Formats: sequence, C-alpha cells, structure tokens
Amino acid sequence: MSILVYAEHDNSTLKNETLKTVAAAQAIGGDITLLVAGFQCQSVVDAATKVNGIKQVLVADNAAFEHQLAENVSLLVTELASDYQHILATALTTGKNFMPRVAALLDVTQISDIIAVESADTFVRPIYAGNAIATVQSLDEKKVITVRTTGFDAVATDGQCEAVAISNSNDAGNSSHVSDELTVSERPDLGAASVVISGGRGMQNGENFKLLEGIADKLGAAIGASRAAVDAGFVANDMQVGQTGKIVAPDLYIAVGISGAIQHLAGMKDSKVIVAINKDPEAPIFQVADYGIVADLFDALPELESKL
Amino acid sequence: MKVLVPIKRVIDYNVKVRVKPDNSNVDLANTKMAINPFCEIAVEEAIRLKEAGVASEVIVVSIGDKSCQEQLRTGLALGADRAIQIDTDESLDSLNIAKLLQKIVEEEQPQLVILGKQAIDSDNNQTGQMLAALTGMPQGTFASKVVVDDDKVNVTREVDGGLQTLALNLPAIVTTDLRLNEPRYASLPNIMKAKRKPLDVKPASEFGLNLSARTKLLSVTPPATRQAGIVVESIDELVEKLKNEAKVIS
Repeated sequence: MSILVYAEHDNSTLKNETLKTVAAAQAIGGDITLLVAGFQCQSVVDAATKVNGIKQVLVADNAAFEHQLAENVSLLVTELASDYQHILATALTTGKNFMPRVAALLDVTQISDIIAVESADTFVRPIYAGNAIATVQSLDEKKVITVRTTGFDAVATDGQCEAVAISNSNDAGNSSHVSDELTVSERPDLGAASVVISGGRGMQNGENFKLLEGIADKLGAAIGASRAAVDAGFVANDMQVGQTGKIVAPDLYIAVGISGAIQHLAGMKDSKVIVAINKDPEAPIFQVADYGIVADLFDALPELESKL
Repeated sequence: MKVLVPIKRVIDYNVKVRVKPDNSNVDLANTKMAINPFCEIAVEEAIRLKEAGVASEVIVVSIGDKSCQEQLRTGLALGADRAIQIDTDESLDSLNIAKLLQKIVEEEQPQLVILGKQAIDSDNNQTGQMLAALTGMPQGTFASKVVVDDDKVNVTREVDGGLQTLALNLPAIVTTDLRLNEPRYASLPNIMKAKRKPLDVKPASEFGLNLSARTKLLSVTPPATRQAGIVVESIDELVEKLKNEAKVIS
C-alpha cells in the first residue's frame, strides 16, 4: 500500500504535528510519501527529508501554492491521488480546509479527525464533542483522512530520504489571498507546547491575561483560553482551546478561571496532568483535574509565579 | 442576489449525549433537538446580508425526515424567505449530503451558500468544502467576517496562526465560525409568520443520485473517563505535587 501525507508548514517551518500524522500513516502501514506544497519552501523540504519512516518527499514549490489555497491544493492532491490508497492530512486549519475538497473530487467521503487506527479501513474518531467515540469503517476504495494529532506520538527526525520536485502548478483562478493577521509570539505554539496555561471568563478582561505570562515564561508554556474568554474579546481567536478551537494534549495543562464546559474539556482532556485554579468548588473542571485548588485566581497566580 | 443556507437538525448543544447500552450509537430518543449552532450563525449572516440590501432572497434547506421541518421553520422565523426539505429517512454521509445540496445549487443558482463549519453531532467539518468542490466554487471556511463587494466576497478566516483574509469570486461557499455574528432570537410574531412561509418538500430519491453509504458505523462507546484528582490546600502544596508526584515541572 502507498500513503500520501500532506506536510503542514508555513513555507519556512515544518510543523511538528506532521510528525504525528506520519505516525498515523505508519499505523496504517505502507510506503509513505510526504508532500510539501508551498512556495520558496526549501527549509521545509530539508526538514521533511529527515522525517523517519517515509520513503520520499514530493515537492510542489510553486507560486500557486504559496498560501495553500484550498482550491489550488485540492487540485494538486487529487492529481497525485491515483498512486495512493490513503491520503492523510493533519486536522489543523489547513488540512481541514482543503481535504474534504480532495475527498469530493475523488468521489469519496472523508474520515475526519481520527484518533486511532484499527486497520487499513477502520478508524476511531470522537463525535459529539468527544462525548462519544465512534469506530468507523470506510467503504470507499480510497481513504481520505484527517488526523487529530493528540492521538499519535510524533515520529523521530533523524532519517534521510530523497526529495523529488514535481512541476504541478494548479491554479483554479477563483480565489486569491488578501492578507494575514498572524499573532506574533515568542512562546511555543499551542499545539506543540509541553505546558499550556489557559484563562477563562474568570480572568475578567484581556489585561489580566498578563498574570498568566509570568508563569508561562517560567514554565516555557503556551497560553490558551476558553471560548468564553475569546467570545468576550479578552484574547484572540487563535488562543481558543476546545472542540471547535485547538485540541491540545500537553504534559501539563493549567486551567485558570475556567469552569470546564464540555466544549472546552473536549479540547484538553487528553492532557497528561491537569491543574485547575477556580474559586467555585462546584466548577466541572475539578472533575477532570488531577490537582485542583479552590482559590481566587488574583491571589493564586502571583503566588504561583513567585514559587516556581 | 440569492443566498442559500443549508442547515442541520442536531441534539441541543446543552444536552449531554448518552451512548446506547449496546454500543450501536448514541441514544437520541426523547432528546431535545435544535438547529446546529454553526448553522444558526449561517442563517443570521444571510439575514444580515438581506437587511443590508446585499441579498435579495434567503433560502434555507435541510436534509432529513419530516422532523427537520421544525428547524426549517426556525430559519424562516429568523427571517429566511422560504425553505426546502429534502426528504429522506436515511442518515447520509457528508458526501451524499453535498451531492444533494449540489442539485439544489443547480436549481436555485445562489450567488452565496453559507453553511456552518461543522455539525456538533458528527463533528466532520466537511460538507461545505465538499459542496464547493462539487460545484467548482471557491470557499471561505471558518469565517469570522464576510464582506460582499460587487462580484467578489472577502472572507476573513480563523486559522491556526490568527486570521487570514481571502477574496473569492462569486458564486462562492462560506462556512461559519463562532465569531461571525451573534444570532438573534425569533420574535413571537415572526414565529407565527414563519408558519405561512413556503416550505417545499422534495424526496431525496427524486434527484437520481446514488446515495449508498460510504461508511459503516461499527460501534459507539463512551469516552475513557478521567478520574477526578485531589484538591490541594495551598500553592506550596500544588508546586510540591507537580514537582515530586506528577514530575511535570522541575
């Protein structure tokens, strides 16, 4: 069997999550090809050739793929699809955007957000915001799959394989990129951080998120937020942890002033150790926390920072 | 211009779902159902476009048995002009849903199709993108802002790193994220008025499509539960536990 894995990147860095999608491909079993579609993305290609467990890297370096527009990338992947039985992408916003388009062009349905592989055609995925776990068999000949990375451990990156340039230039011509407003942060990426500290409605305003920063700096943590905090405008949308935001599973997750709505829990309950700081002892977050402390966060946070 | 809004009937988002004892599926008997929250945002956006004079007509469409007429009436009460129910008793895969919607797009020729980015039951996040592929339209998924400008629509999208704005040629597909708008409540007079708005019923079998299943649901189980841990009394104790018991900080 051959498997095509779409590399998640921003033209300069190969995202760590791709290593987990490769692990999912290994669980299916077969020759794995990693596709890098982008523009002026040589550093990504260099990193991709070092990913363990893959046979080759295909490189589509073309202006049409600079912003990985779904219209263009889906045409590229569909064109390449005849050589592969499985096509995998990471269930991040890029993969979620173009992969269903690939599936429809290939006349198959997509198996979204898998967290485990049972066999080459049977996969496990959460439904109902993680309140139920479905085992689904794909009846389509070709499998188009997105992978939730919290279900798989990253493969190593001390391998060596060949990069093969392909000349495909798929421009659907019906969409164009206007602008990006990306959050610039010195902190690790939410999806990749081993420690995450998140604030909720209890933070009261965006200014108070500064209280999390000192702790984040000491722990090398990423900062997240609940949907309530994002909806209230405290912080930017890309910080949202939850079923419809980022799904994280760090070694340590600290939930501050977060009550623990099921949509939030769906985004973090696979974390290894969960700490909850909340002044309401009845808050549902305490039902999933390994360590809870019932305290006013405005007292607890400065004290925690000073004692780390 | 015409705006088409496909909507889905799902379990109310406040209801915690239960898995059936035989692990065949979730148990939706006697469960409160509602319009999928992302679909509600899609309806709201379409109505705002109509109120702004950009859209001339808003059509809601849903695929399911007669019970989804309830959600179509909700859409009409929120301000949609007419509704279409594609009648089927089957639970269809997303690709088949997209194929049926493609037929409605061909009939109605909307300039904009707005859908929720995902349904809170199956959590697939794919129907809008599939419909875009089948109709050859460009797509703006996970939208937090939609601005129609002549023959284009500018869509600001919530992406991993922040926000991205794309320009799409019309006709186009938009899928909604949470921050696009805050849906209104239907007023009682509008709920009454909605009962008299047109609602067409079309049997799914009428479209001449092969709608055979693409997936087989083998089992549904409850998720592994996490044991509640302990409540510590002080920050000192917390730091000590994290260092020496959990060993997650040094």
